[in-house]
Amino acid sequence: MASALVKVPARAMRGELIEITAMVAHPMETGFRSGENGKILPRNIVQLFVCRYDGVEVFRAEFFPAITANPYIAFSTIATRSGTLEFRWIDDRGAEVLERAAIIVE
Amino acid sequence: MTPEFNANAGRRQSIRLIVAGVASGVAGASSGWCPEAQATPADMRAAITAFSRGQTLLSGGVRLLVPELVENGNSVPVSVLVDSPMTERDHVRRIALFSEKNPQPQIAVFHLGPRSGRADVTTRIRLADSQRLVAIVEMADGRFFQTGVEVIVTLAACIEN
Repeated sequence: MASALVKVPARAMRGELIEITAMVAHPMETGFRSGENGKILPRNIVQLFVCRYDGVEVFRAEFFPAITANPYIAFSTIATRSGTLEFRWIDDRGAEVLERAAIIVE
Repeated sequence: MTPEFNANAGRRQSIRLIVAGVASGVAGASSGWCPEAQATPADMRAAITAFSRGQTLLSGGVRLLVPELVENGNSVPVSVLVDSPMTERDHVRRIALFSEKNPQPQIAVFHLGPRSGRADVTTRIRLADSQRLVAIVEMADGRFFQTGVEVIVTLAACIEN
């Protein structure tokens, strides 16, 4: 089951500023909570989010436990040419989610 | 309830499935984080000094947008906007957010560059208590800027635990 949701405009003019939003399903377990047995639940958060545009990194976020469950991020980039935006989330256990979106630049 | 988080994402899936996954994640995490220990304003200052490598923090040009009164500390929208042309020579390199009363002072670090076009980032954070939030901005020329806001939280992120 896919667990990521990204919004990228399908088309843009060359040089246009575009808004991007990205969200991934993840509990963002903080490592500060205790479970039913009183033991601390081990931390497991999405610690890194990277957006690449045709393979070139255009945005990166490092997250700490203060970021909500299902981390949401909105940022901007300049539409340079038609291609693919790639979104990657990596959590403490090394699990990754990868999502892609195509954009046509005129 | 553990949402799927594995390498098979990236495939096209229906919006319905995605929304269901996101919703289950929200439910699974709604019990908050209820820390025993809180950071202190001194912890926050130490974290800021580490981020800014002890450099002078300048004022101006940074806007930190947070609701003044937050009903639910489990999800607080936060935006940072910086006045910057975002050119090759003059742009925002990093933006960091800090908290003085969460269990740990660091919240997030965002990396930007000329291809960002505009220095404008939004995310959602957890707040364990009413407190001061601080944004620190690193420019391409090595200067650091800061701004802060006071936020009142009526239902803290830990109260449901």
